[in-house]
Amino acid sequence: MSNSKKTDKEEVRLMKGNEAIAHAAIRCGCDGYFGYPITPQSEIMETLMEQEPWNTTGMVVLQAESETSSINMVYGAACCGKKSMTSSSSPGVSLMQEGISYIACAELPCVIVNVMRGGPGLGTIQPSQADYYQSVKGGGHGDYKLITLAPASVQEMADHTVLAFELAFKYCTPALILADGVIGQMMEKVILPPFQPRLTEDEIRKNTPWATLGKPANRKPNIITSLSLEAEEMEAINLRLQAKYREIEKNEVMFEEFSCEDAEYLVVAFGTSARVCQKAVEMARSEGIKAGLLRPITLFPFPTIALSNYADKVKGMLTVEMNAGQMVDDVRLAVNGRVPVEFYGRMGGIVPAPDEVLEALKTKIVKNN
Amino acid sequence: MKEEIIIAGFGGQGVLSMGKILAYSGLMQGQEVSWMPSYGPEQRGGTANVTVILSDERISSPVLNSYDTAIVLNQPSLEKFESKVKPGGTLIFDGNGFHKFPTRTDINIYRIDATEYAYANDTTKTLNMIILGGLLKIRPIVLIENVLKGLKKSLPSRHHHLIPMNEKAIQIGMSLIRKVE
Repeated sequence: MSNSKKTDKEEVRLMKGNEAIAHAAIRCGCDGYFGYPITPQSEIMETLMEQEPWNTTGMVVLQAESETSSINMVYGAACCGKKSMTSSSSPGVSLMQEGISYIACAELPCVIVNVMRGGPGLGTIQPSQADYYQSVKGGGHGDYKLITLAPASVQEMADHTVLAFELAFKYCTPALILADGVIGQMMEKVILPPFQPRLTEDEIRKNTPWATLGKPANRKPNIITSLSLEAEEMEAINLRLQAKYREIEKNEVMFEEFSCEDAEYLVVAFGTSARVCQKAVEMARSEGIKAGLLRPITLFPFPTIALSNYADKVKGMLTVEMNAGQMVDDVRLAVNGRVPVEFYGRMGGIVPAPDEVLEALKTKIVKNN
Repeated sequence: MKEEIIIAGFGGQGVLSMGKILAYSGLMQGQEVSWMPSYGPEQRGGTANVTVILSDERISSPVLNSYDTAIVLNQPSLEKFESKVKPGGTLIFDGNGFHKFPTRTDINIYRIDATEYAYANDTTKTLNMIILGGLLKIRPIVLIENVLKGLKKSLPSRHHHLIPMNEKAIQIGMSLIRKVE
């Protein structure tokens, strides 16, 4: 491992987004991956199996009998302070929601990857962004939030894997990487993160004293649960969770702006849609339309303040998503009626083309000004 | 320089791997590259296609609906993508199995009878490299030395002895392609 560290450091590779996640997980010292195959993310587990990290870093890679099982394996590993993760695509992530709610309430760090496909139901295997609500508005039961990262490139698939573990452990809460079939399946250039060794059990005891790694004689048992029969106790847990989410909102918002400086019209999109919209913005600029793009990188916490600031600068906003219009609600809440916000989307696995987006920008926003 | 290419054909004709070789060649000459396959039901028996973009600058959308160059290896792909070539762009087709031919007059159309050649000479395994040779003859977007470097990088070393065979296929493709007037 230490030999490859130097040679691999700056090497530019060509790989799929799914493969980048697998390599980044091994390199960032992930202790365990538990998953069940589903298109369009099967290459994550396939790559992990090919790499055989159990022979190098000691990382466990296990195919569970179902998604319900894999999320509960993640729950168990996370209780021990281990860096654990799972991945799936939309229908599989729906199956995990009970476990995710339990992990959020038990305040455990873990990483979940959703490479979204068209729904509802078994839907289709083509790319979609229709799990936005599920990801940032709950998904499972109860008042909880997931730190939600929305990669838009293969490089970000690798970078966000590392970042998701960092944030999950910083706040003791699950972090979700919300990608889609395009980002998972496409190949682009990527520089993989440097190798970090897995933590030793002593390091885990020191960094995460709540971990259930076996009780020494000199301390009380660590108990991890999401169950509190006393309402007052449960409300106290909820208050603590909410305070944590406010802290995350204060500290962790990430977004990217593209030709926004003098923009009169703002396009808002994440993930693959943002890539398509960037091209649409370039096309609009070449026709003299002053358009810009704001790409939320974190969907929770959402870049509410940044969007609110644009409400006073632009004449209109267009939100573009591969769904029936979900994130557009949060954009509208952010600007609170101060500027018109319109929506353009495709559903069921269709990726909008750049000229469709340009046309929507012209007819829905520019024409009305 | 920016080249937006669609390659389409039946599953098994080597469409996705030809795109991959182009992408690796772009990587070898320091370009930005994206390779976006159709990963849907196509790969289970219908038509397969891949969008490859090579660019000197950051690539925005990996998904397009108009292309500088389209390479179509079966009839359904011609019907789907002929209209999506940008005016002044390039369309390359392999004449095997076509009963309707391209009709546009505002693009450059080339024919390469690679399948016919490959069957006659028992080189069907390198069919896609013959077609790649044809492309590189008329659109020299990547240097052949970078294609060979890309092959070396993307193939496991146990297959490196096959690289000269692929180089030969590229040369054959270069001699087979001809313009349809």
